[in-house]
Parts: sequence; C-alpha cells; structure tokens
Amino acid sequence: MDEPVIKNTDFISMQNVCKRYGNETVLRDINLQVKAGECIVLVGHNGAGKTTLMKLLLGLTKPTSGSVKVLGDDPAFNASVAKHKALGYLPESVAFYDAMTGREVLRFYARLKAVSNDECEKLLELVGLADAAKRKVGTYSKGMRQRLGLAQAMLGEPQLLFLDEPTTGLDPLLRQHFYELIDDLHKEGATSIISSHALNEVEARANRFIIMKSGVIVASGTLEELYQQAALPVRMKISVTPGEASSVAQRFNADVSITHINNESLSLACITGEKMPLIRHITSLGDVVNDMQIMPPRLDEVYSHFMNGDAS
Amino acid sequence: MKMLWILAVKELRDGLRNRWIAAAIFLLGSLALALSLLGSAPTGSVSVNELDITVISLSSLSVYLIPLIALMLSFDALVGEFERGTMMLLLTYPVTRWQVIMGKFLGHVLILFVAILAGYGGALLIMIFITNGNTEGWQAYAMMMLTTLILGAVFIALGYLISVYVKERASAAGAAIGVWLMFVVMYDLILFGVLLLDEQQLMSQQLLSILMLISPTDSYRILNLSLFEGVSQASGIAGIASQAGMSGIVLFLVMLAWIILPLSASLLLFQRREL
Repeated sequence: MDEPVIKNTDFISMQNVCKRYGNETVLRDINLQVKAGECIVLVGHNGAGKTTLMKLLLGLTKPTSGSVKVLGDDPAFNASVAKHKALGYLPESVAFYDAMTGREVLRFYARLKAVSNDECEKLLELVGLADAAKRKVGTYSKGMRQRLGLAQAMLGEPQLLFLDEPTTGLDPLLRQHFYELIDDLHKEGATSIISSHALNEVEARANRFIIMKSGVIVASGTLEELYQQAALPVRMKISVTPGEASSVAQRFNADVSITHINNESLSLACITGEKMPLIRHITSLGDVVNDMQIMPPRLDEVYSHFMNGDAS
Repeated sequence: MKMLWILAVKELRDGLRNRWIAAAIFLLGSLALALSLLGSAPTGSVSVNELDITVISLSSLSVYLIPLIALMLSFDALVGEFERGTMMLLLTYPVTRWQVIMGKFLGHVLILFVAILAGYGGALLIMIFITNGNTEGWQAYAMMMLTTLILGAVFIALGYLISVYVKERASAAGAAIGVWLMFVVMYDLILFGVLLLDEQQLMSQQLLSILMLISPTDSYRILNLSLFEGVSQASGIAGIASQAGMSGIVLFLVMLAWIILPLSASLLLFQRREL
C-alpha cells in the first residue's frame, strides 16, 4: 500500500455534526467513529438521513456545524481529494452516461483513479457484465446498472467503501455474490459503510449497526449490544413430553412469561438478566424436557423496537 | 493536468459519438463555402481580395451562429449532470470541482476547435484550390478562425454559468436562448435605438466606444473588420476602430475577460453547490 499509514481510529470521525437544508434539519448531533476494517451498517426508514450522512463523508455536502474527518482530512476540501482514490461509492439509484457503453463508462472512471483497462475487464467479468460491456448503458436494466455501479465502486481496491442500498434491483443469486465480493474486500482490510433496508441480509455481516431515525442516531452497537440496550426479552422454546406442557408451565416462576403453549412445546420469554437462572431451572426439570432452543436476537426486532419505541 | 485531459477527452468523445462534431463541421464548412462562392459574385473579383470579402461575410454570420452553437454545447454541461445524478458520482472520484469545470471547458473548446478548423479551414483550402492557389489574405482568414474560436469559448463559459446557476435543464435551455438574444441581437439593437433617440448627442463618442467594446460580439466584429487593412477597406470600417482607441490587443483582452469572468463565477457557484 502506497497510501500513507492512517491511524486506526482516524478512519472516519464525525463530531457533533448537524446538517440543515434551509429550515429542515436532516442530521442532528451525529457522533461517529469508525476504525479500519469495520463493516458498519446503517439502518433507518427513508429520509432518516442515511444518504446525507454518506454525502457528508464523501465531501459532497458540508456540515452546517460540527466536524467531519475521513482518512484524517475534511472530505469537503480540495486537499483531501487525492485520497478519494482509496474510496469507492455506490450511490442509491446510480446513474451513468447513457450514451456510453458499459466498458467505456468503467474505463472512464478507471482512468480517473489511474486503474488499468485490464482491471476493468476483470471487474466486468466479476459482476457478470462482460457480455454486455459493448452495449450502451442506456439499454441496461436496473440490475445491470447496479452491477456496473458495483464494479465502479470496486475500482482500484478501495480501502473505504460507501454503499447506499447496494442490493436493490439485484436478484437473490447476485445478492449472494455481491456479499461475497464485499467479504473478500473485507478480508483484505477494507472498511465499509453500507446502508440497507434488507435487514436479514446484512444481519450476519456487520460488525456494528447504526440505527437512525429522523436525523438522529438512536442506537449503535453490535447486534447483542443493541439487544441489551433495547432490553428485549430473551426468547426460548422448549419441547416437552406430549401432554406435559401445562404441568411444566406451572413450574416456572413469575419472572418468566409464557408466550405460547401447545400440547408439546412452550415458548418462553424473560429479561436478559434472568436468562441463566431460567436455563438452570429448565435443566432441573428433568426428562420431561426433550429439547431446548434459544432464539438468537434478530435485527428486525431490534429495529422495530427502536423505530416504534420511545427511544430518545 | 492529467485529470483535465481525461475529462476533456470524455467530452470530445461524446461530441464525436453523438455526431455533434460532424454536424458542426458540415454546417460551418458549407456556410463558409457558400458565402465565399456567392460573395465573389457582386464584387466581380476585381479590386477586392475574395478571401477578405469572405472574412467579412463569414464573421458577420459567425457572430450569430457560433454563440448559438457554443450555448447549445454548454448549457446542459453541469445542470444535466446534476439532474441525472452523474455529477455526484464523478465528484467522489479524485477530481476537484475546478478540474471538472476546466476539463469540460477544455473538451468543449476542443470540439469547437475541431469544428472550426475542419469547417472553415476546409472551406479555405477549397477556395485556395478554386482560385488556383491564390492565398492572398489568408492571415485575415486565419485570424477570423482564431477569434471565432475565442467567441465560441466566451459563450461556452456563459453557458456554464447558466448551467451551474439554474435548478433544471429546461430553465437552462430557456436562459441560454435569453443570453443569446441579449448578447447577439438585443444589445446592438438597444444601442442603435438609443443612438437614434439621442438627438442632442448626449452620448459621447467615447461612451459609445466603451459600450461597444464591452460587448464580446461587438469586439469580435470590430476585431475581424478592422485588424487587417484589406478587410477594413472592403468593409468600410477603416479607421473607425483605431479612431475610437480600440486596438487589437484591447479587443482581445475584452474577449478573454468574457471567458475568464463567467468561468470564475461558475466555479465559485459550483464550489458552493451542495449535491
């Protein structure tokens, strides 16, 4: 790597960032630190400020107040533009020069990043556009544009990737493929910030989630941390000897709520702190319990908690 | 510099791809030929050099046509990319905003350069061929080609200013037509009107000179009609320009200022623009 070594903590830092367009406040009091190698997923409804946050980090807009630093510099100033070489961006609903062919578009962007034409061909192959490379971009379908967008974002093996709703318009197979590509970049040490609505897709991939609501970060952390912050109940399901369900149900104390019961199974919920005592209690029940499942925390639960809940 | 070149080449290729350049070459070339062939008829090619006559008629036509072509080329340059969303992506690449504007400018001037060189230059070669190698007056013709390019650059720069200022492409197109009307038609008409109404001659000769000098189109006209003796005698404008203190250099500087000022203003507005 010929880029100057950047201190780990300096990769991205936002401090007390506010952004207003006219009277409308789009972002308020954003504080964010991103370390090298992290994969951050931004979630939030439309208009929550995810795209604006990315634009600030890309230097496309300037904050109304507060400071933004990317790779150690303010991205909005010319001096840091050279560092954009280490940066890949896939905008939401990406647009290209329609009169150019896919190959021409990619080569144009490649020249700006001083990337070779061979590299372009590899990327076209990688995103499955090699056959369509001679066609004008104006004739491309939504999915093909998205793939071309992905190819341009990956030019020059970026250290820092900004992907705004990257998988919209991709079919399931391509989505899978796309995440494999991202994983490969991560193995080489790339850092990425992805905004997504497809919660189940990104769940397993992110180091950290940032939940945004009306221009504010309402929660941030790993899935487990968010789960605790949300104080969502731990859910378990146990299978018991058929017919014994109701008698087993009577043997739980009041801390445990039984959310569902039928002849041979019970669904249980308890607060996080009661989890281990509950497990010990279940194991003490003896042979009547055949099986036990602890439901893993799910992002959509956390998400809907923070979206609907009274989180300040 | 390399970035400027990459961006300029893209514009140039766009111009080739959509046959813009071909159309402009055809238009300029056929006009130049038609005017030169027709132009030689009334004078009977006795006393006046044919190329000089062509310079007069061609520059009088270029003053209308070239600004229109230049504005058509440039009005969409920035607002079109804002609207389509391609500008946003472009600016996340290692290019500065001034490089984007200057690269486009370089590219668009190159397109005009190719069109003028091939169109007017090609016509010149044909004329020389027809007159059995008579090259007398080529300097004035070459100067006309150069000043035409500068005139084009002025309106490309003005087109960018429109393009960065307006919110939508449609209003950019309207504003471009407005700018064309104002600079090419209205300004002189208003000036004439004022002169006609000004019976007491309140407007001094000097003021009139200045008012003509500050217009890029008038500067272009005067440059072409007065700089070379042959042309200025044929056009009947001999002495007027020098009398009014309009030296060639001043006229050139005025036109350059008309490039630099709108370009700088566009750049300033672009720097402030949020995407």
